[in-house]
Amino acid sequence: MSESAPTAAETRRLAEEARDRVHFEEQALELSDQVYRVARRLVSSREEAEDLVQDTYARAFRSWQQFQPGTNLRAWLLRILTNLNIDRGRRVQRTPEQTPLEEGDYYLYNRLESTMADENPDEERVLERLSQNVVVDALAEVPHDFRDVLVLVDIGEFSYAEAAQILDIPVGTVMSRLHRGRRILKQQLAERAVSN
Amino acid sequence: MQQFLDRVLEPEQVREAEDHLLECPGCDKRYRFEVKLRMYVRVATDEHISPELKAKLAGLRSTG
Repeated sequence: MSESAPTAAETRRLAEEARDRVHFEEQALELSDQVYRVARRLVSSREEAEDLVQDTYARAFRSWQQFQPGTNLRAWLLRILTNLNIDRGRRVQRTPEQTPLEEGDYYLYNRLESTMADENPDEERVLERLSQNVVVDALAEVPHDFRDVLVLVDIGEFSYAEAAQILDIPVGTVMSRLHRGRRILKQQLAERAVSN
Repeated sequence: MQQFLDRVLEPEQVREAEDHLLECPGCDKRYRFEVKLRMYVRVATDEHISPELKAKLAGLRSTG
């Protein structure tokens, strides 16, 4: 049975589709640094982050037609990424059994302030006690359920609604996990900063 | 304060909060610390994609 040649309309359609696909891929690739930045803070090593990002883009490119043009591509990509991260089963549990200590909102501020000789230290000097490594390590200690939200909102700069969409949880849960995640982070920072 | 920092309060509440910060040096100091801490966390944890990975991703394109 011989195949009939594609019609002019069909050829046009295919060309348009190819253009759309290329355009989609270009837009997605432009976001790769932002996607990586978030991925790096969600997992424990650079290698893991790179694998995760690569797998994310492979999947994104395969299912490109599922993305609605004009909607939030960055959130769409991060959703693929967070789902892949969960699927990988690198999470032993979804919710931590033992949550690290969490103190009040001003704990870090109060601790840092009390360790400084100066009566009225300014904020810059207080923060100087926290080196880059200290912050990275402290963030890694936050249990992943809280850390996911913390990383998306405070580092990825997503809104509560976007974070809720990405993680497929209610906005209320985003808010409470964010608040608690921040408190745990501050407690971890305080522990490291004051012992230095 | 968390919601004020996240800019999710209603305009009326924002005004109230701002008024309070003007009058209360203790809260104002803590507020400014929070702002700086958030910026600092963002900066301190910043890591960029490697050129190698960027190239690998480009290789995934439909145009090969």
